[in-house]
Amino acid sequence: MKRTRWAGRAMGRWAVAGALASLAGVGAFLGIAYRSDLPAVPTPKAADFPPELVSRGAALATIGDCIVCHTADGGVAYAGGRALATPFGTLYSTNITPDPEGGIGGWSKEAFKRAMRDGVSRDGRHLYPALPYDHYRRVHDGDLDAIYAFLMTRPTASAPAKANDLIFPLGFRPLLAGWKLLFLHQEEFTPRPDRDAEWNRGAYLAEGLGHCSGCHSPRNLAGAEETGDSAYSGGVAEGWVAPALNGSSPAAIPWMADSLFTYLRTGIDGRHGAAAGPMGPVVHGLSRAPEADVRAIATYIASLSADRPRAAPKTPSPPDRTAEAAKASPAGATLFAGACAGCHESGAPMMTQGRPGLSTVTALQLDRPDNAIRAILQGIHAPTGPAGPAMPPFAASLTDAQVADLAAYLRSRFSDRPAWTSLETAAATVRKEDSQP
Amino acid sequence: MTVTLTVNGADHALEVDPSTPLLYVLRDDLELNGAKYGCGLGQCGACTVHIDGKPAFSCLTPVGAVAGRRIRTVEGLGSAEAPGLLQQAFEKEQAAQCGYCIAGMIMRAQALLDRVPDPDEAQIRAHMQTNLCRCGTHMRILRAVRRAVAMRKGVQAAQEVRP
Repeated sequence: MKRTRWAGRAMGRWAVAGALASLAGVGAFLGIAYRSDLPAVPTPKAADFPPELVSRGAALATIGDCIVCHTADGGVAYAGGRALATPFGTLYSTNITPDPEGGIGGWSKEAFKRAMRDGVSRDGRHLYPALPYDHYRRVHDGDLDAIYAFLMTRPTASAPAKANDLIFPLGFRPLLAGWKLLFLHQEEFTPRPDRDAEWNRGAYLAEGLGHCSGCHSPRNLAGAEETGDSAYSGGVAEGWVAPALNGSSPAAIPWMADSLFTYLRTGIDGRHGAAAGPMGPVVHGLSRAPEADVRAIATYIASLSADRPRAAPKTPSPPDRTAEAAKASPAGATLFAGACAGCHESGAPMMTQGRPGLSTVTALQLDRPDNAIRAILQGIHAPTGPAGPAMPPFAASLTDAQVADLAAYLRSRFSDRPAWTSLETAAATVRKEDSQP
Repeated sequence: MTVTLTVNGADHALEVDPSTPLLYVLRDDLELNGAKYGCGLGQCGACTVHIDGKPAFSCLTPVGAVAGRRIRTVEGLGSAEAPGLLQQAFEKEQAAQCGYCIAGMIMRAQALLDRVPDPDEAQIRAHMQTNLCRCGTHMRILRAVRRAVAMRKGVQAAQEVRP
């Protein structure tokens, strides 16, 4: 009896202790999750910012590609509203024009910097890591000042924020504090003394504002970038494969700084192919960014795959096996002759202009056929303007089965890698996505 | 190889290499000379026809790929005696200068009108963007498309009034 009572009391104590502990846990969590709102300030006037600072901010914002996510199709620049599809639902980018109501007009410089580094809105709400603040933490203070000056001098647009559409319970923003506790540890960039100034400038821009690894690194289940050896081992962006940029790069010809510069600047390189899909807007920005910065980024990115074996591959030149491919996929060979050869066959007018042969195009070397299928169905939009590399879409003229035949032919003709599988299903999936509004 | 094509509702069995561009077959074998060879690269749109209701570049479409599918050319929209709505609108607006791009322009525009009953200016411009006119009559072409939209609404209004 005594024993039982004691045991009962002990249990009671445990229960109380447990309740207190969980309360403390919730309290501690809310303590971490709670971020104060920062007071709204009168919208700064354009004349408050020196023009040099604004133009430096413009160059940095171009490298950061703010405009791509923060502008809806056909919408006002930086007014937000673009739908960003994530594995966790759809987010809508926000208005970052200096509109006091819908935009960031009431944001002080401090509020802006807190958003960029800690992912917290002026009103204290946590921001989703679709805004790559894990990268922006690396950006120097002075550069954030310049971007603030640039944004605060844009034309205002009064677009209010669109409501996100996320899976339960991710609409509850305090949860993001937990995500940040786990994954937000990046620090301001410090140059590596064993590398030269250009490499360090490139690393600063690529790891910070450029957030290249946001697409080119895989992400874990919580949507955070994998780091260490997995960094730059390839990822996914809007259904396109973002190829590995590290030693596991599938490029038929290894990337060197010069060819990367040409690619990033013009959207095409004669030894690697054209920028397509979400890389198009990146190139659009970099074609207008300061040339020295683009060179620096190229130098840094090329160094990531410097450890890739450069010994002669099995075949001395990239493969082009016409006869074998025609045997493996006769239907694909017929389609290629009628739909593709006019531009891509050796001796075609386009090929005599120094355009890359298909055997050097990375899309045909990837493990997954997605990029090749997307390029066939959707074409390639010239990223740098009308004179840039473009390819017409074939969605209207080729069926899924025909796209599959064609992709199989391309793979066997222009790559040494294993044949792709489930091509028709892949084509159907891409087509279905496209037909959605 | 025999390829059966369904063009403007009529079936044609043709002895042809299946990799031949559809455009060549339309012009050379079926004598449907509306669609034109412009660039041969899918960059100008002069060869535009419909495949299963969608606009496509016939210069880059292997004929073997469209066997059994519905092909529609500008000749399918009307004739000189009885021109279709867009054909009338293009004539009214004098949208053709040399005329080489016009069959493609009309087919491109027809695809929009088939899908969107009352397109706005932005939709028209975005849709017509793939087709080029080297004479530079784009403004007249846009007017013609707008006129066709208005004519159709007028025709519908007239039909609705009728008992």
